[in-house]
Amino acid sequence: MELVPYLILGLLEGLVTAAVLSLMALGLSLVFGVMRVVNVAHGEFFMVGAVLAWQIASLFDGHPAWGFLAALLVAPPLTACLAVAANQLVLKRIEYDPERTIVATIGLLYIIQQVTLMTYGPDARPVEAPFNHRLSIPLVEWTETGLGLYWPWGLGTTSYKLAVILAAVALLGGIWMLMTRTRFGLLMRATQLDRETAQAFAIPVGKVYAAVFGLGAGLAALAGVLIVPIQQAHYLMGHDPLLLSFIVVIIGGLGSLPGTVVAALLIGVSDGMISVFFSPTLAKIIATLGVAFVLIFMPQGLFGKRSL
Amino acid sequence: MSDTRKSWSLHLAVVALLLALNFVLPEYHHGNLARVMVLACYAMGYNMLFGYTGLLSLGHALFFASGMYGMSLTVQHLGWSAGPAMLVGLAGGLAMSLAVGLLSLRTAGVAFMIVTLMFAQAGYLAVLYFGEYTRGDEGFVIQKASRQIMGIDLSDPINRYLAALILFATCMFVTLRVVQTGFGRVLVAIRENEERTRMLGYDVHRHKLLAILLSGTMSAAAGAGYGLLFGYAGATFASVQYSIFPLLWVLLGGAGTVLGPFVGTLFMFYLIDLSSDISTAYMLIAGVTLVLLTLFAPQGLVGELRRRSVRWLP
Repeated sequence: MELVPYLILGLLEGLVTAAVLSLMALGLSLVFGVMRVVNVAHGEFFMVGAVLAWQIASLFDGHPAWGFLAALLVAPPLTACLAVAANQLVLKRIEYDPERTIVATIGLLYIIQQVTLMTYGPDARPVEAPFNHRLSIPLVEWTETGLGLYWPWGLGTTSYKLAVILAAVALLGGIWMLMTRTRFGLLMRATQLDRETAQAFAIPVGKVYAAVFGLGAGLAALAGVLIVPIQQAHYLMGHDPLLLSFIVVIIGGLGSLPGTVVAALLIGVSDGMISVFFSPTLAKIIATLGVAFVLIFMPQGLFGKRSL
Repeated sequence: MSDTRKSWSLHLAVVALLLALNFVLPEYHHGNLARVMVLACYAMGYNMLFGYTGLLSLGHALFFASGMYGMSLTVQHLGWSAGPAMLVGLAGGLAMSLAVGLLSLRTAGVAFMIVTLMFAQAGYLAVLYFGEYTRGDEGFVIQKASRQIMGIDLSDPINRYLAALILFATCMFVTLRVVQTGFGRVLVAIRENEERTRMLGYDVHRHKLLAILLSGTMSAAAGAGYGLLFGYAGATFASVQYSIFPLLWVLLGGAGTVLGPFVGTLFMFYLIDLSSDISTAYMLIAGVTLVLLTLFAPQGLVGELRRRSVRWLP
């Protein structure tokens, strides 16, 4: 067997993982950076996004694109509202104390998961992709007549997967603009730098917190909607992405958008590549130990200026 | 009475009460309480690090599982008897906590939480990877014949209850003794203000490392005891869930109190037990309770009691 097709396949799968992961990790990183709290329920917002996408898409008959489009527009804002409600009802009242927040969000995790189990049920359900063409990828090789193309068997991807990668890139660009070019971004960065000084300058810190928590959850839900045509919606689907996005935030460094994206690429692609060559369990053992050692010996991550 | 005498009397009374309950409890609750006592040892081990030293670990399942598998694998594959196997479990927990302690104490705060989480995750995956020996998620049953120490059959309900009580009392009195010594007070000082403790001339790193060793070994004792008394070892006990549980129990009962972990474990155990009669989604009720407790009783049950009236509680 030739090596190159496998490498490309691993790379493509890894890029899709990285795209979804970077959106989700960015949400976690924003909440972490601005509010200084660890949101353990972040994976559940991802799951809620995917489950809502299924609910919404199942309301539509006809071409799957309409249902998917509606899900894309409705599910993330709905999830954001849920998150803002949780923020107002719980997190605000415990004054964002780091340890109590962890326990409260573990509680939220169980609540969201079990409510989903009771209403949506234990089944995994797919949402049909809006478009799903099979694309074969040609490789270049030397033939007797010079350079030629050939199509190795099984090497290919789908148009939807490529669209996910492009959508993630566009969304990341959008968030970057929001952070650097708008008034809301300015307020957010001011709060992140120094909460008390921001408050002294009449920045409504409480509202910024609520908005950031909602934005973070919305990004996770968006990642969930994007992934659901590839991976089915299930009430336990939030666990692995939560762990991976923690890893990404750690490696990328706190509150650094470029760091988050690079780390998502690194983790996503290496996850795709390693699992092509090694047993997935061994690959995960190596990856988790690797992350632990990065944190121990390079505590500020690859791009962060501050350590955790 | 001095505060020290009061607290020793109180804890001796708790042990006496638990001993008396052995003779009166109906069978179902008798078995439950034995289980709660062993799990409370795990919570007490966790409390030593989190409640007294102020280090929040998310990876204690690694120590619990080290004890459980250290014990059960030597029984299962090397044919050792339960007593020496139990010591292997303890040694496993000690070695694991030394390694994790030396590495993870280079970090602090959130980084410490994530590093311990990652080590525990690697441990869980390792249990799955060596499925040939551990049987992975499915786990394996420890045969009744090998669950004996000095001719006492630990699968018998009464013996099991008393063995659990002995383990529980040992862990509780070790904790009580530790928090009354100078060493325990330095741990609390580290929790309250690490910089100041260092400035006063204490070796903070050494104290933290000792706290991890004590905490990890106690958790391993609970893991080995659980495997031995209830005759089963499975990968679930190494999963993230089992790292979260002791945190919940300790927070519910009251972090930094000797009795808190037991109260929290008992409370949580019966909360889940009772609510599973009403609804299958029992974790929903557990989740709601968690949120409510963080909102209205952040000190935990025993901690709240100490704050309001009984100031001398250790």
